[in-house]
Amino acid sequence: MKNLKATLLSFIGLSAVLLAGCNDKLTVLDPKGPQAQRQADDTMLLITLMGGIVITVVAILIFMLFKYRASKQSADYEPPHIHGHWLVETIMIGIPVIIVIFLSVVSVKSNYIVENVPEGYEDQEPLVIYASSSDWKWHFSYPEQGIETVNYVYIPANRPVEFKLYSFGPITSFWIPQLGGQKYAMSDMVTTLHLAADNPGEFWGRNANFSGRGTAENIFDVKAMTAKEFDEWVTEVHETADPITEEKFDELLEPGHLGKSTYTGTHLEFSPAPHHEHHDDEAAEDHSSHE
Amino acid sequence: MKEFFAQFAIPHPSLLIYIAMASIVFGTIALVAVVTYFKLWGYLWREWITTVDHKKIGIMYLITALVMLFRGGVDAVMLRMQLAVPENTFLEAQHYNEVFTTHGVVMILFMAMPFITFFFNFLVPLQIGARDVAFPRLNNLAFWLFFMGMGLFNISFVIGGSPDSGWTSYFPLAGNEFSTSVGTNYYMIALQIAGLGTLMTGINFITTIMKMRAPGMTLFKMPMFTWSALIANLIIVFAFPVLTVALAMGTMDRLFATNFFTTVNGGMDMLWANLFWVWGHPEVYILILPAFGIFSEVISTFARRNLYGYTSMVWSMIVISVFSFAVWTHHFFTMGQGAFTNSIFSITTMAIAIPTGVKIFNWLFTLYKGKIEMTTPMLYAMHFIPLFTLGGVTGVMLAMSAADYQYHNTMFLVAHFHNVIIPGVVYAMLAGLTFYWPKMFGFMLNEKIGKATVWVMSIGFVLAFIPMYITGLDGQARRMYTYSDATGFSFLNMVSFVGAGIMTVSFIMIVWNIWYSFKNSPRDISSDPWNARGLEWATHTPIPHYNFAITPDVTDASEEAFWDSKKKGTQLFKGKIEDIHMPNNSGQTFVMSVFFFIAGFAFVFSMWYLAIFGLIGILACMAYRSLEDDHGYHIHAHEVEEDEKKHAQKGGAK
Repeated sequence: MKNLKATLLSFIGLSAVLLAGCNDKLTVLDPKGPQAQRQADDTMLLITLMGGIVITVVAILIFMLFKYRASKQSADYEPPHIHGHWLVETIMIGIPVIIVIFLSVVSVKSNYIVENVPEGYEDQEPLVIYASSSDWKWHFSYPEQGIETVNYVYIPANRPVEFKLYSFGPITSFWIPQLGGQKYAMSDMVTTLHLAADNPGEFWGRNANFSGRGTAENIFDVKAMTAKEFDEWVTEVHETADPITEEKFDELLEPGHLGKSTYTGTHLEFSPAPHHEHHDDEAAEDHSSHE
Repeated sequence: MKEFFAQFAIPHPSLLIYIAMASIVFGTIALVAVVTYFKLWGYLWREWITTVDHKKIGIMYLITALVMLFRGGVDAVMLRMQLAVPENTFLEAQHYNEVFTTHGVVMILFMAMPFITFFFNFLVPLQIGARDVAFPRLNNLAFWLFFMGMGLFNISFVIGGSPDSGWTSYFPLAGNEFSTSVGTNYYMIALQIAGLGTLMTGINFITTIMKMRAPGMTLFKMPMFTWSALIANLIIVFAFPVLTVALAMGTMDRLFATNFFTTVNGGMDMLWANLFWVWGHPEVYILILPAFGIFSEVISTFARRNLYGYTSMVWSMIVISVFSFAVWTHHFFTMGQGAFTNSIFSITTMAIAIPTGVKIFNWLFTLYKGKIEMTTPMLYAMHFIPLFTLGGVTGVMLAMSAADYQYHNTMFLVAHFHNVIIPGVVYAMLAGLTFYWPKMFGFMLNEKIGKATVWVMSIGFVLAFIPMYITGLDGQARRMYTYSDATGFSFLNMVSFVGAGIMTVSFIMIVWNIWYSFKNSPRDISSDPWNARGLEWATHTPIPHYNFAITPDVTDASEEAFWDSKKKGTQLFKGKIEDIHMPNNSGQTFVMSVFFFIAGFAFVFSMWYLAIFGLIGILACMAYRSLEDDHGYHIHAHEVEEDEKKHAQKGGAK
């Protein structure tokens, strides 16, 4: 049983070393927007609750192993035949049932929260950005502003953003961890991801789903800025960038990696998004006017 | 001619693959030479290849599983080595993609599956007091189909290229447009052939358990492993046809330009994801339930007590089997099906934790008032409980669909499923292997090396997989062949690599243990060396061809028939020895499987004449079988008696 103590100690020691290894906050637990905040809160709740369960199981296990090991007992001890006990079995079914009911309530609430316009931003008109992936790039189209970017996206802080996701190839997953969890982008339909940034700042985003050879570098930069800065940037793009043409866009779609680039106009004009919209139950209804 | 051979070339060759090629060629030549030199071909054909004996078929599954464990293990070490440092150039992207794809397929389908099938084969007939399975020849066919599927899959990396779109093979990535080598053809066809074998196993064992139990063995007197085998095989029979259909559709997309899963002409890529996981989620319970069965046998044996809450154990498995079909959507919570659908599947997924928790607590309470002996199998089980609990609770975390948006496709997920499958399935298989080794081979594995192995493995496991939870929460997506130093993932990935190295040592220790014990362990062990409880230990060691000279009668016994006979003196073997009817060996199943292999290989490369040849061969074998007269043979009572006397002199328990 010395072994067990040693294991426990080394386990605690190891956890300490591992946690010390990451000085900064883990990305997912360092949210910068309401959706990511909700997911981080859920995660912390789960870590606490689940940690409690693991500790309970380990404690019972250690108790049993200490108390009932053969070396502690007389040679002629015969363990009894025990079928079970109604109270014990009720408790060991009942407590998990209660935990699962509690988590189900949290889970359902969170689902509706992350699938809707971010909390606190309901009264604002969301900015619609089409984010489409091609091997292995991200194209961001701003129909409202009439501009398009590759591999980076600027968004106004303090305003809800509605990302319309689809793909020009394999299934990809659009993910900006500090603003909120991911969603798939597929070639035959458009999915919607609601995000918002509480403050100006810079984040990273990536395709999290395996989509072939270039997956690892299928990344993009995200910058949240004040509304004023955002408007200035839009004006600047209109003054300096070239328009996107069908020819140019076809070139961009070629498999490979590209740096960042900026265009006026959007590819949606000559290469529209898949018409099949995957409705998020009731939530999508309100925003259908944006298409 | 040149074009013909060009199609078999590897699309992305590297030095590593050439080394592997050379070692396969020399290995095969060496093997053939050894078998020929010792004149073993006849022995192999008569005693193994054509056998219908469930024990020998089981051992063939075991050997396949162990070989594949090392094949998949080498893949795993390569993956961790590649990620150990940022910007590593050990593997390039394409090679990395092929390695993680084959690692997943090999470990799930060609390592874990044959491992549990080995236990089905070896244990179920013994535990229910039967002479063999219900359909012995089908059992042989099932093994060879599985084996040919495994072989076909494994030659992919030296002939034509390995599949490269992940073990989930999501379309459209796995379609011709984005996956241009024949790798995914191999995936589709090899899994199809092996899957047919698995489906046959499922039917065979359901029939065996329902029809061939010893007199007096009611369903609720079956040993826990047999219960788990029954449930797992029921899941197989319900789930594998879905895989069969999905693979057939995928094969047609790739070979005949149909558009089931393409992005054009009305194909639906989500359909593949749905079909794959309708099979794929139950598949994990096909693996884990028999593992639970093994742990139940091991824990009750070495706690020296009956299993606590036998009935709730059984019911929890039944509930799990039903729920396993109602949770597949959690594999694509992020596919945009909306809050309502996600909520339903979030709740059903979390609900699975309830019956699983019941099992954990039942094992804990089996220790209560016991007399715990820490043998190697027990040590595996005792490490399993905390490690598996950790994997289980992180599963609950992933089941919270809104939060899953942050864990999906990250290393957190990778950590979770390895945390379930390694302490769950792999530990159970190794515990069971150590536990039943003396029954199979007549000597014990060394306990000192065995226990050290468990500790090394657990330390390696914790170091290899716990860091992945952290890098996952830090934003490391899975299946990335490299990352930049700026991400800050490098330290923890190095820790993982060290852990993988330590785990490798533990697997080498298993080989060493087998070798060491083969050389040094005493051979005069009794047939019940662990002082065990189930009917399987009431046989002689080595187990005679016919298992039991007299069919056991367990009318007066509990679910632990052998224990009752030892402690309460219940009579297991009543009546006298009679003639035993046995099935004949058959080579037809093997020949037919070879034709399956030929046809499969031909389909991979769209060589239609060869494919037709293979298909005709398969049909000819079926025709031969349906016209064959085969009534088996009898072992006469006096032969059995002589045999039993010999065993009794060797000190076999009865």
